[in-house]
Amino acid sequence: MKLEKNGVAGTLESGDIMVEIRPSEKQGINVELESTVANLFGRQIKQVIIETAEKCGLENVDIIANDKGSLDCTIRARVTTAALRATGGEFKW
Amino acid sequence: MNGERLRRTMLFVPGNNPGMIADAHIYGSDAVMFDLEDSVSMGEKDAARMLVYNALKTIDYGKVEIVVRVNPLSTPYGRDDIFAMVAAGCPVIRMPKTECAQDVIDTEKCIEEAEKTAGVEIGTTKILTAVESALGITNAYSIATASSRIIGIALGAEDYCANLKTTRSQEGTELFYARSAIVVAARAAGIDALDTVYSNVNDTEGLIEQTKLIKQLGFDGKSIINPRQIAPINEVFRPTDKDIEKALRIIKAAEEAEKRGSGVVSLDGKMVDKPVVMRAQRVITVARAMNIIGEEV
Repeated sequence: MKLEKNGVAGTLESGDIMVEIRPSEKQGINVELESTVANLFGRQIKQVIIETAEKCGLENVDIIANDKGSLDCTIRARVTTAALRATGGEFKW
Repeated sequence: MNGERLRRTMLFVPGNNPGMIADAHIYGSDAVMFDLEDSVSMGEKDAARMLVYNALKTIDYGKVEIVVRVNPLSTPYGRDDIFAMVAAGCPVIRMPKTECAQDVIDTEKCIEEAEKTAGVEIGTTKILTAVESALGITNAYSIATASSRIIGIALGAEDYCANLKTTRSQEGTELFYARSAIVVAARAAGIDALDTVYSNVNDTEGLIEQTKLIKQLGFDGKSIINPRQIAPINEVFRPTDKDIEKALRIIKAAEEAEKRGSGVVSLDGKMVDKPVVMRAQRVITVARAMNIIGEEV
């Protein structure tokens, strides 16, 4: 899916994750993660980000995420919101 | 309370705060109300909707009743809010700023459409209406009876007072008519009556006084904005041991009279009227729901 612009969602409050999605010159979904729990859950957080981005139909994007101990459901929500803001798409409830 | 469900404390939780959304159910309120309306800025409506949608689909909130306050249908956000919450399996939608029966009918129609789209059984999603204007109070009974999905009618005092061209006072004089109108409408419709928030979270004495007042008026509970408000309110609604003992004796006397085929109930040589028996039954229902007494009593 083509990005209209950069998309940002989330905050830097405890329990949240701030996600920015940008078009990329590189192939695939490239995640740059900073997290307060990176040592324990970094790989899992990245996996949730990538799975959610794929579900949103994103290709060739950079995703910059700053995690403050968010749950998987929060990660999914923030990535999806950032993707919709970037693409101008609508979610099918 | 509707049947066995208690609604003494209904905790508002801002819909765009993941930390609060994850923990909201652990404090012991009877209900948690995720808010997509006033506590969410215009630019974050989409983010809050998506966050609550994902939370409802993932987090097990146990026995706490889950309510979501959506934006009014008259805004660009209301319809999406309803479709998202129904798809997430939200059991109760709180309608803000309800002014007339048509508002309820329109919301019900939207919910039904959302249920069809999401493959949810029609009628599953209940409605809690909130009245926040002079017109809404005037129409309280027609609002309360506009849909079989309605479980309760709540007062939103801040907007109501602004609409009345007055301000809120400690003693709540300006709310007497609205509160009474809501309780009367709720009882006539057979649904719950729910009071507005007490905004000063540091004033426990004031909260207790206000809760005593609304309990005396007939309310089932109130909206709250901080978990610290739960315990003082529950204490006000707790029936005393004396109340329970008396209620049990009245019910026993009523059961014995029924066995005898007598329409007259008497206790300690005095006749007991039907409303007294009904009140006693309500005390026991509340005591059971609060686990003060068991089912066998």
